[in-house]
Amino acid sequence: MILETVLVSAPDWAVRHAAVLIVVVPMLLAPLLALSPSNRLAWVLTIAGTAAAFWFSLILLAIIQEVPGSAISYALGNWPPPIGIEFRIDALNAMILVLITGMGMLASIFAWPTLAAEFRGERLNLFLCAFLLCFAGLAGVAATGDAFNLFVFLEVSSLATYVLVAMGAGKDRRALPAAFDYLIMGTLGASFYVIGVGLIYAATGTLNMADIAAQLPALSGNRSVQAGLAFIIVGLGLKAAMWPLHQWLPNAYAFAPGFVAMFLSATATKVALYALIRWLFTIFQPELAFEAALLKWVLAPLAMAAMLICSVQAIFQSDVRRMLAYSSVAQVGYILLGISVGTAAGVSAGLLHLFNHSLMKGALFMAVAGICLAYQARTIRDFAGLGRSAPFTMAAFGIAGLSLIGVPLTAGFISKMQLGYALLDQGWWWAVAVLVFASFLAVFYIGRILQAVFFEPPLNPRKNNKEAPLLLLIPLWILALANIFYGIDASFPAGLAADGAAAALALGAPQ
Amino acid sequence: MKSDHHLILRVIAKCLLPLITIYAFYVQFHGEVSAGGAFQAGIVLAVTVILYALIFGLAEAMRAVPPWFARGLAALGVLVYGGVGVWAMVQGGQYLEYQALFNEPPGGHDGQHAGIILVELGVLFAVAGAMVSIFYALAGRVAEIRDEDW
Amino acid sequence: MWDIILERGSYWAIIGVMMIGLYIAFSAENLIKRLVGLSMFQTTICLFYVQLSNVANATAPILLPDDMPKGAYGAERVADLAHAYSNPLPHVLMLTAIVVGVATLSLGLALIVRINEAYATIEADEIRASDVEVQLAEDADAARTGGEVVI
Repeated sequence: MILETVLVSAPDWAVRHAAVLIVVVPMLLAPLLALSPSNRLAWVLTIAGTAAAFWFSLILLAIIQEVPGSAISYALGNWPPPIGIEFRIDALNAMILVLITGMGMLASIFAWPTLAAEFRGERLNLFLCAFLLCFAGLAGVAATGDAFNLFVFLEVSSLATYVLVAMGAGKDRRALPAAFDYLIMGTLGASFYVIGVGLIYAATGTLNMADIAAQLPALSGNRSVQAGLAFIIVGLGLKAAMWPLHQWLPNAYAFAPGFVAMFLSATATKVALYALIRWLFTIFQPELAFEAALLKWVLAPLAMAAMLICSVQAIFQSDVRRMLAYSSVAQVGYILLGISVGTAAGVSAGLLHLFNHSLMKGALFMAVAGICLAYQARTIRDFAGLGRSAPFTMAAFGIAGLSLIGVPLTAGFISKMQLGYALLDQGWWWAVAVLVFASFLAVFYIGRILQAVFFEPPLNPRKNNKEAPLLLLIPLWILALANIFYGIDASFPAGLAADGAAAALALGAPQ
Repeated sequence: MKSDHHLILRVIAKCLLPLITIYAFYVQFHGEVSAGGAFQAGIVLAVTVILYALIFGLAEAMRAVPPWFARGLAALGVLVYGGVGVWAMVQGGQYLEYQALFNEPPGGHDGQHAGIILVELGVLFAVAGAMVSIFYALAGRVAEIRDEDW
Repeated sequence: MWDIILERGSYWAIIGVMMIGLYIAFSAENLIKRLVGLSMFQTTICLFYVQLSNVANATAPILLPDDMPKGAYGAERVADLAHAYSNPLPHVLMLTAIVVGVATLSLGLALIVRINEAYATIEADEIRASDVEVQLAEDADAARTGGEVVI
């Protein structure tokens, strides 16, 4: 009903152009920010840009939900789709767009206190300019219906991301090699994607995703198409931190400014996963023998390896943010496991976990950023006793942590249950065993921090009680409460995920 | 003046710089009918500034084309490009629909002409500005004060 | 057998250079060399696309004077061109990819400049060694102060 109100109150131009404005508004605000004379003005404009994008994404979602199974097609420059670039929004992208823009908005609200403290008197407007470019790029990846255009937006967001990660160098010089490694790996990933698109273009002669999907049934068994898909999966897997292509991620998240780590963990890998779902299910058909084998024998084992190995690695980290980063790779494994089931239930569970993981990792990284700000704490030992000195921040951290483990009445529980059901439907009981065991490992690594935070005496009793700034607490608690709310009444995200999965699987079906 | 043994370089460069600039605009405005376009033109235009900096020194070049100007030019370019798209929307077309720029009846081509020229101009600004900014950033980098020096 | 291999000679050359670039990007310790490898890799992708767009006995996709539009704009002139042209679309795509490549390259170089300032070296192994040293020193520090954080 909120969505209907948004749609009714939206002016005509917004409804008509929402699909493209969601990218154009932040993209055009970015150069304005670069010219902005004041940091505070730049920050207000950033919030305005991300909030506008969030509004557009809600409009898009409302339009999509009016007619189930519909899609919005927006032809750029009014060139008809197979020739011109098309922005195509269906239930799947609409969900991803709501997620990205929502997280972007929350991130930009809490940007000010952390950035103002981390970069005293520096050119914040250029930093926020890079953030908006990254945001616009991610939204573009999610919105576009053109395979090559997706690459361009992916690179727009990635290039901005490298800059954002490198900005952590003010506090810790290790951010620089981390950003450089990320640049090498990320660029290789994007290049692999382009090679794949080239091979598929060579076979189909088109770049429009819907058009490729229409051409592919006639080309089943074509080697060039199969090689293309393999390249695309490797490329997008690199961007999505699919195990074992995740090496860039832990350092990049650990040394980036806190605000950047929060935004990236909640959105960047998610968008790559979205693109992966798009290619695997909308453009290619899971019924193809080639792809079924790929899902079952490549993606599923890799996903389970990520869940186990990276969870174990997370247990042995002493740096809290590195630990959360390893846990992110493990969680990407959960999502990939859902995808690799290949059924509507599996993809829907994967999407739901993608949504919930954004909520919980966003909250966790946000709380850690707040603690870094107030106490300069980095390692688990520094976190000891913070439950008493910063109860509000750490309570939200605890809720999100429990959600990450998958405790009942939290969002994480719902998505893991759905994932388990989807696996059992296929008779993959061994995958369910891995799922349960990996969740058990999560108890260890989250438990280590929670124990230090709530049950150990403070390291330094002289320290005053100090909460994270209010501008950080508000978005943090929005996320924490969302984790609980969607754990009790999951109808909204579950509905989004089910619609998204249906849209992903049905659109490419032979007409 | 540093020395005179770069005299020939300086004189030749002074002769070449205007020619390079003109060539950049030739590539820019000839891009419609032959090879070339704003990307190439932007690079060539940036080359004039870079060449100037190489021959006459970075400080001189930064006085002629200040860094804020280069950065502003790049931002302006993006805004011009996106602005054309938004203008088309305001006129009732799709984003970047040149035909809609002047609300012409079908068959009119002024919109197409104006649209492509404006967009190319935006790309020229953006590329030239970005290239010069990159050059300044890499060449004019002053090392941060290290911890030991405090 | 040999026909199949030789017919695709240009592709083999592209794959060869591509693999060399990939190998350098992974194996080199010097950051500049890694960037060089990355650039080679990206450039071969451009070659690959341009190779795809090639049409037998065709010329570059720039209209020759014979094919220039005569008379009013919009006249039907697509059907009978006097020359065959390569597919222009991959060229356009690669123009974009080149711009992306330039942006990546310059960002990478800027990062190397910063790394050199921070570490006084651009060798990856030395950077790692220096990071490990710092980490060990921090741990020793923490152990000495009994885990108290000195702010």
